Order: sequence, then structure tokens, then C-alpha cells
Amino acid sequence: MSEVPSELKYTKSHEWLRLEDDGLVTVGISDHAQELLGDLVFVELPEAGTDFVTGDECCVVESVKAASDVYMPISGEIVEVNEELADEPEIINSSPYDSGWLFKVRPSAEELDDLMDADAYQAEIAE
Amino acid sequence: MPFIPHTEQEISQMLQTIGADSIEDLFDEIPAHLRAAVLEAVPVGMTEMEISRLMHQRAEKNTKALCFLGAGAYQHHIPAAVWEITTRGEYYSAYTPYQAEASQGTLQLTYEYQSMMTALTAMDVSNASMYDGASSLAEAVLMAVRGNRKSKSRKILIPTTVNPVYRQTAHTIVKGQQIDLVEVPYDAATGTVTLELIKQQAEADITAIVIQQPNFFGCLEAVDEITDWAHENNILVIAVINPLAAALLTPPGEWGQDEASKGADIACGDGQPLGAPMSAGGPYYGLLCCKQALVRQMPGRIVGRTVDLDGKEGFVLTLQAREQHIRRSKATSNICTNQGLVVTASTIHMAIMGAEGLENTAAACHASNNSLVEKLSTIKGVKKAFSSVHFHETVLQLDAPAAQVLTALMQKGILGGFDLSLDYPELGNAILVCTTEMRSEEDIAAYATAMQEVLAQPANNIASLQESA
Repeated sequence: MSEVPSELKYTKSHEWLRLEDDGLVTVGISDHAQELLGDLVFVELPEAGTDFVTGDECCVVESVKAASDVYMPISGEIVEVNEELADEPEIINSSPYDSGWLFKVRPSAEELDDLMDADAYQAEIAE
Repeated sequence: MPFIPHTEQEISQMLQTIGADSIEDLFDEIPAHLRAAVLEAVPVGMTEMEISRLMHQRAEKNTKALCFLGAGAYQHHIPAAVWEITTRGEYYSAYTPYQAEASQGTLQLTYEYQSMMTALTAMDVSNASMYDGASSLAEAVLMAVRGNRKSKSRKILIPTTVNPVYRQTAHTIVKGQQIDLVEVPYDAATGTVTLELIKQQAEADITAIVIQQPNFFGCLEAVDEITDWAHENNILVIAVINPLAAALLTPPGEWGQDEASKGADIACGDGQPLGAPMSAGGPYYGLLCCKQALVRQMPGRIVGRTVDLDGKEGFVLTLQAREQHIRRSKATSNICTNQGLVVTASTIHMAIMGAEGLENTAAACHASNNSLVEKLSTIKGVKKAFSSVHFHETVLQLDAPAAQVLTALMQKGILGGFDLSLDYPELGNAILVCTTEMRSEEDIAAYATAMQEVLAQPANNIASLQESA
């Protein structure tokens, strides 16, 4: 049974988002996603300062058996990436919602309401 | 593992099991207009006896001419031990093992090949090889486009001093992918590309530049200057090298004076000079090396060394998430194999020759070329085209038609060189002459004598020499 924290938003492609106090949005991949991928060995993070549009492939997470694209859940500019993942990609496996965050975005539009809440995502992965 | 074809009975049992009526039915997803009909241009098969006879007849047409022809494939001495060992049953497989970890011997050999390549090129990583030098350049271009994330133009600067066949192949492979190969002309005096000429073709955003060293004319390019300039401008450097020359020249991993950005980003080329016979054009293999930062963009197989659960050393295929069986349509290439047999021979060749042996061989190639050019330049009607230092090939301009001169030399038992007039008409009657360590002073003297005789004939007599053959 994978964790689906109730205060986060989610996408069909298993990204989660957290709106921070400073208006930035933190993005990562869900517990369900890290379970499916298995032990992560490499993360190709986007470059800070790059702009993306919703749906763009912006990041790659690579495990021993698969390499998966991460899609931008909202439009905006990447302001910070999680440097820890360079040496320890496995943090995503042990802490997908906390220290395993991927990057922070300054959103260019208010798109958070279009995303799934925890219950909707829970239903999505139960199928 | 022996090849055992299926019997008719086995085929019909398998069809029955999967519920298909015929093998043809398995292809019915492919639209009719895309399916190949009977290949009418393919002749009816011959018996082994008939083929054997035909091949013997053809083999008798092989000439024993003294070889001064290079232009991408070179006649070098291959120690007898190389193919003696390579053709042993344990090694004699052309292919990459798919149950890789069960083939520890093959993986170990490939790992040693990769290690030797990185030592030779001074690059961080090597893969297990590509099909040949030309396609390795195409793959290097694709790698650079993927790897240079700061660049959006997908424009690659490619001097015309890069082997014309490599340029054509790169064009064929990348043309459907919105990648622009921008040609850079060479300086007529030096036979090399210059920074001024490069800058004239460069726009604000260039993804990569290709430099061949030595270039197709045998001349040495200003690799340090060009590498530093490229890195200052966020342009990746793709080196196309002759791996034998790399034993003597500055290896691509050391190109450039700027310590921080030193080294070509990707190095490719053909491994033929190291242990592969010329063999009418192949098989050869493509070498492909890169800086550590680009390793995940590298196509092809990569062998790694690791330890198992019991702590014992073993070899594996690694970074497989680049490859098709994991990444599918997003894999770094459609190529998931290597030139197993030729790489085996090359690895044994490098091991037997050693770093010193390769360096000495390269030096001998260079020395004999100097000797040849010196002697030929004294002949009336022969002129050295370019002022640059050359490795083991030189462009000579003649005052008689190149094709006719080469034919006349052939009649005297000399394979005189490569006719440049088709690919480089601006050079006029020009040939590219090559010497390797196999060309002795006697050979060189014989060439000079033959060339003198050929050119001493009035121009129309050279043609009639051809007709009387």
C-alpha cells in the first residue's frame, strides 16, 4: 500500500506537487512510482533557469531496470534542483515526498487546481 | 552454440500452438504496400562446388600491386598470432552475447578493449565499438546533439577535410532528424581548416564541431586552438581519429591548452589500422569514446567490471538503461551490438604491439611518407599540394590526368594512391599517397621510378598505355 499524502497534488504520470509558502512549487515522484521503478541509480535533473511548459519532459529518473521521463506538471521556470540526488539517487526510494524532492518551480500561471488531489490519485493507482 | 534450423514438423507444431495458419500470417500487421515481394534481382542459388569455383576464379584477379593507397583503410603488418588466436573457437563469434553475464570471457575481452581504447585516446570512457568509422561519426553527432543541452540549433560544423565517405554517411543517418551539417572549407595553402574559416561559418549557436586528425589529406589540424575556441563558445568537440596515429600524436583527450575544458568531448574513428586486414573494405569497426559527463548519451554496448554477492570479480553489460531493450524508442541508438570479431583481433593486436610498438609503427609510417614525398617531389610534373605537416598520407598534384596516371602505375605493379578529383575537383589532378611501415626504401624507390616513367610519356601516350593494356 503506497503512501499518498493528503496535502499534495498529483498527476496521472505520478508526479506530486507541494505549494510552498514563498509561492514556489516543489515537485517529486510518488511513492507508487518509486516502488514500480525499483532502486534508483541516476537522476538527470533539469538546469536551473530553464523554462518549461506543462507536459514537457524535463527530467529522467533511471533505475536498474528502467529509465523514466518526468513531465512538468505545471508551466514555469526551474529555480532549484536537489543536488543531493547526484550522489545519492536512492533518497527518492526512501523518502519520495521529503528529502527525495526533484526540483522547485516558479509557476508562470495558476494551474494547480487542474491537478488531482490525494483521493483522485489514490483511485487512479488503485485501478 | 550450433545453428540448428527448425524442421517442417517443428514449424507446424509451433504454428499450431500459437494458433496461426502459416508463417505469412504473422506478418499481416504490415500493410501490403510496405511488404517486399520476391526479390527479383537476386539470382538463383549456386551449389557449394559452383561457388567455390567462381570464387577461385575471382581470387586469381587479385593483384599483388605494391600498395600506396590509404584514404581510410591502411595496409599494416598484423602479427601472425593475432588471427591465430582470434580464430580459436572460443573467440570466433561475430556477435555480442545477449545472455551477457554467462559469457565472462567475451565480456572480459571487451572490457580490456575498452580500457586500451581509453588509454590510447586519453578519453574517460569507451564503448564496445560501433559498426565502422563512418557510422561512429554519425552516432557522435547524434550524441553531441543530445548531450549539448545548452545548444538548441542542432547545427554541426564539419570541415571538408573530414573523409567524404564519413560525411556522406553522417548525412544519410542524421538527415531525418533536423540536424544541420554545415560544411567548412579548408585553406588552399595548408590543406587544413583554420579558425578564420570556421568562424565564417559559425553562428551564435553551434552544437558541435567535427575535427579529423590527421585529416583526409593526411595533414595535421590545429586541434588545440580549435578545441579551446569551441569550448569557449559552448561547442562540443568531436574528434575523428586514426587510432594508430593517436599513438604518436596528441590524443584527443588532451586536445586544447585550457586545463579546465581540455580534451575533445567525443572521439570516434575506424579501428581498421589496428589488426584488421583491408579485406576489400571490411569488416572494420568504429571506435567511440567520450568524456564521463556524456557517458549516458553513448550508444552501443558498454562492459563494466564489478563484484558479485560473494565479492568475486566479474564483468557485466552496464548502463543498459541507454539501450533499446530498456529505453525502447528513447534509446540512444537503434544499434545494440558491436563488431565482436574484429574488436577481438584488434585487442589482441594492441596487446601484442603494446604502446611502444604502436608508437614505433606510427613513427615508421610518418618517416616513410616523408621519404616518398621527398623522392616524388623531385620528379618533373609532381608537386606537393599543401604546406602542412602530414602523418602518413600526402596530396600530390600532377601535370597529367590523375586517373590515367594511376592506371599506368597499376600496369607497373604500383597501386599509386587515391584519385581526389571526384571529391575535390578544385585540386585538379591530385592523388593522395600513403605509406605505412610496410613500405620499404626499395618500395619507395620503385614507386619513384615508375612515376618518373609514367610522367615522362607525353600526355596522350599515357592514355594509349591504358588502351594497350
